[in-house]
Amino acid sequence: MRKAKITAINGNMVRVSFDSLVVQNEVAYILHGTERLKSEVIRVRGKTAEMQVFEGTHDLKVGDDIELTGDLLSVELGPGLLGQIFDGLQNPLPELARRGGFFLKRGIYAEPLPDKKKWEFTPLLSPGSMVRPGERIGYVPEKIFRHYCMAPFNLDGVYEVANISPKGAYTIKEPVCEIKDKDGKITPVYLSQLWPVKIAIKAYVEKLRPTEPLVTKMRLIDSLFPVARGGTYCIPGPFGSGKTVLQQLISKHADADIVVIAACGERAGEVVETLKTFPEITDPRTGKSLSDRTVIICNTSSMPVAARESSVYTAITIAEYYRQMGLNTLLLADSTSRWAQAMREISGRMEEIPGEEAFPAYLESRIASFYERAGVVRLYDGSTGSITVGGTVSPAGGNFEEPVTQATLKVVGAFHGLSRQRSDERKYPAIDPLMSWSKYKSFIKEEQLARGHEVLRRANDLAQMMKVIGEEGISLADYVDYLKGDFFDFVYLQQDAFDPVDEATSGERQAYVFDFIYRMVLNAEFHFEDKTKALHFFHTLRQHFKGWNSMKEDSDEFRGVEAEIIKIVSERTVKNRQD
Amino acid sequence: MQKIYTNISQIAGDVIIVEAKDIGYMEIAQVYTRRGPSLAQVIRIEKDRIFLQVFAGSKGISTGDRVRFLGHTMRVPSGVNLMGRIFNGSGKPLDNGPELTDNLIETGTPSVNPVKRIIPNKMVRTGLPMIDVFNSLVVSQKLPIFSIAGEPYNELLARIAVQAETDIIVLGGMGLKYDDYLYFRDILEQHGALSRSIMFIHTASDPVVECLLVPDLSLAVAEAFALEGKRTLVLLTDMTNFCDSLKEISITMEQIPSNRGYPGDLYSQLASRYEKAVDFEGAGSITILAVTTMPGDDITHPVPDNTGYITEGQFYLKNGAIEPFGSLSRLKQQVNGKTRDDHRIIMNTMIQLFASYRETLEKQSMGFQMSDWDRKLLNYGKRFEESMMPLKLNVPLEEALDLGWKILGECFKPEETGIRKTMIDKYWPHGKD
Repeated sequence: MRKAKITAINGNMVRVSFDSLVVQNEVAYILHGTERLKSEVIRVRGKTAEMQVFEGTHDLKVGDDIELTGDLLSVELGPGLLGQIFDGLQNPLPELARRGGFFLKRGIYAEPLPDKKKWEFTPLLSPGSMVRPGERIGYVPEKIFRHYCMAPFNLDGVYEVANISPKGAYTIKEPVCEIKDKDGKITPVYLSQLWPVKIAIKAYVEKLRPTEPLVTKMRLIDSLFPVARGGTYCIPGPFGSGKTVLQQLISKHADADIVVIAACGERAGEVVETLKTFPEITDPRTGKSLSDRTVIICNTSSMPVAARESSVYTAITIAEYYRQMGLNTLLLADSTSRWAQAMREISGRMEEIPGEEAFPAYLESRIASFYERAGVVRLYDGSTGSITVGGTVSPAGGNFEEPVTQATLKVVGAFHGLSRQRSDERKYPAIDPLMSWSKYKSFIKEEQLARGHEVLRRANDLAQMMKVIGEEGISLADYVDYLKGDFFDFVYLQQDAFDPVDEATSGERQAYVFDFIYRMVLNAEFHFEDKTKALHFFHTLRQHFKGWNSMKEDSDEFRGVEAEIIKIVSERTVKNRQD
Repeated sequence: MQKIYTNISQIAGDVIIVEAKDIGYMEIAQVYTRRGPSLAQVIRIEKDRIFLQVFAGSKGISTGDRVRFLGHTMRVPSGVNLMGRIFNGSGKPLDNGPELTDNLIETGTPSVNPVKRIIPNKMVRTGLPMIDVFNSLVVSQKLPIFSIAGEPYNELLARIAVQAETDIIVLGGMGLKYDDYLYFRDILEQHGALSRSIMFIHTASDPVVECLLVPDLSLAVAEAFALEGKRTLVLLTDMTNFCDSLKEISITMEQIPSNRGYPGDLYSQLASRYEKAVDFEGAGSITILAVTTMPGDDITHPVPDNTGYITEGQFYLKNGAIEPFGSLSRLKQQVNGKTRDDHRIIMNTMIQLFASYRETLEKQSMGFQMSDWDRKLLNYGKRFEESMMPLKLNVPLEEALDLGWKILGECFKPEETGIRKTMIDKYWPHGKD
């Protein structure tokens, strides 16, 4: 074992001197009394190296011994991840609570996966078969999924199966297969494997363009600013604009097989809500508990900063692992700004030359390479798997000009900007349709969508105008255009998060209702005697629509209200613009 | 075994460097100066150069002064003996009482394991309708009071301290005016609340480093009580002074500032304090109310901005009252459905009508003509401001709700409020109107 000694301590960073050699980003342990504190080498200069410590550094002394492990910071990937709650270094928090009580005492680490549990293994190959890294060797059942055991991702080339265990129960510590390379060197394969978090898993044939929509059941997102499976999006917004609530609802309703939640540097209270309520919520798609398809990585704001920096990597590596099984995974990172701040703190301690607002110069490239780990890939067996990444951003002062928001906007495919004004007006979701954008294709017809955006823009212009010259100052036709936009916003863009039906709208229903609104309202011309009549008409319409939104689509009520709306509208319609 | 060192090689700001060996990071030392002894804390180690942040400030320190290292990190006494006592930012008594050395606990304990927290579900009654009815305070909540200088934020804090349902009150004062300190002491005493209070006071004339310690001392003491099953309420005033002290020290330490001179870790520093708010599974709780003065009423200033991202809402103090718009308790939904069945209705209806009142006020100031409805709203708004908003009220929630119905009944017809019929039948005053 290689050794080193502490020579300086500054916050969560220590400088060490070593005699032999060190590896950049290797894990090291500081030996302090009976404690072993995990840390990572982050810079080497001559015979000294700097390490970030994943724990509090109080009481450490110059001269304390360091044990260098040679391993990069890694996570253990295998059956048993689903339903777990880990900290940023993949320690299961319930196990830490069992050992440490109320507090996260430093230096206590626990095995990420249960090593005594037996898994029912079914082999898929026989001796003599050829495998490449990431190819399936067998599977075990995990919750509702078939969890594939794969040839280690870190191998290179093609291997031959030397022998493989028969169907039976095995722990993650027992080899289930042995493969040999062309020189005859044997490598055992276990149900689990280790992978360094900061390196992307690349055991696939090719990366594909994300084209399929990922339905989140939020009308504003799916219809107007869609997210693609394998795509990326960001949600910036000032505090109190509902970023976390939005992410929580997406994690519940999104059409993904696995959801990995990275609670990065945010409030513990919010994580508690997720981890205490998810086990009790039934996933409508599977009929099982929502926690069965969820992995939570939780490094809240008061937990050590260096571990916060790693937590998003831990999360995306777990997402990549399930993608390798041909599943569609969704990674929700809340908030990437806290991750960026963690980088800033560490960079400051290393006395690097700062960039804008003291963020390190490599901020942009780190953000870019993180989001680039998303994508749809074709695996060796022809199936596809995907990772969709959604990150919230907490811009200082709610100002989107700041470096983290700007660096993120350069690399994501969709931007859902939350505005303080919309959240103050109690509009949910508070995504501002005038500034948000998406580069992915919506399932709404293009010309209908364009009309939708146009109506919103026009209504906003007119609203601004009315603020100056009053309602009297604009023509009746303009006033109707304003009411159309206001109506569209109110009944379609906004959703009632407390209504069991309106809370989540399926893709089919969205397409149906959008088309209906397009034909009946957005693209129709109405006749009114005066503004009061117009206002009254839209208020009545609004009321009916609101009721319609909370009715199940296959019910008689639904069709009843629909007929009624058609009746009300047709009384006032002059003609439809095109048809 | 405690060695004494005399070779101080650098004095800059309130940070001195002394050459010493075998010293732990964050360890406490005693510096003996001509102005008397002062505690100091290790904030950086470079081989045998130990950087010490001197609590009493560096004025008058000579390069030949003695430094004795105590071999432990910052400690504070805890337990029932503290009740009714007042200390300064170094933990020294300010009330002429004896120095306490029993049950010493370390400050800055690690983070609570999230799985040992429970979802907040208990209300803290304060007797102030603007809080209890409209933005209920919840056990384990952390809420700042955003305020501009000159607003009666300390009066509000003192009132909450006196009226709130809680076992222990810990008051942490940072950069307090001496008068304010006396005010707090006298108010608590007058209302018989001093005996369940503990105060850590740093006044504006005290050394800047002591200001940094106040939240840690207050929260460490509160945490010890919470672990024994007590409901504790921690009141901090003013966190902006704490942040300014952080700024001062970090600039002395030649750290690169991030935003308006504040250090890059301001968010983490604030979060590690605010996140001490907790409702323990199977023990007591800590609730935190913290005054944050906003320089220039600017909510995007780094201090209120970072605070807002950490806390669970905010009370916004303006024109001597808690402003209904801009104030938000994010946890109120967890408790206000379980108080009385009309709580949410009164909350929503009265606020909506009050918003209409504000619009009418605007119209009035622009010289528009007032309709009957406008006059009703003006009357209502005035009643609301007079009977719900004053900070000197002390009414139980139920009475405040009844008062709400009374005001609505006097100002409006039932159908004008949009309240559903069943609730009107149950609560509307003077029969069915």
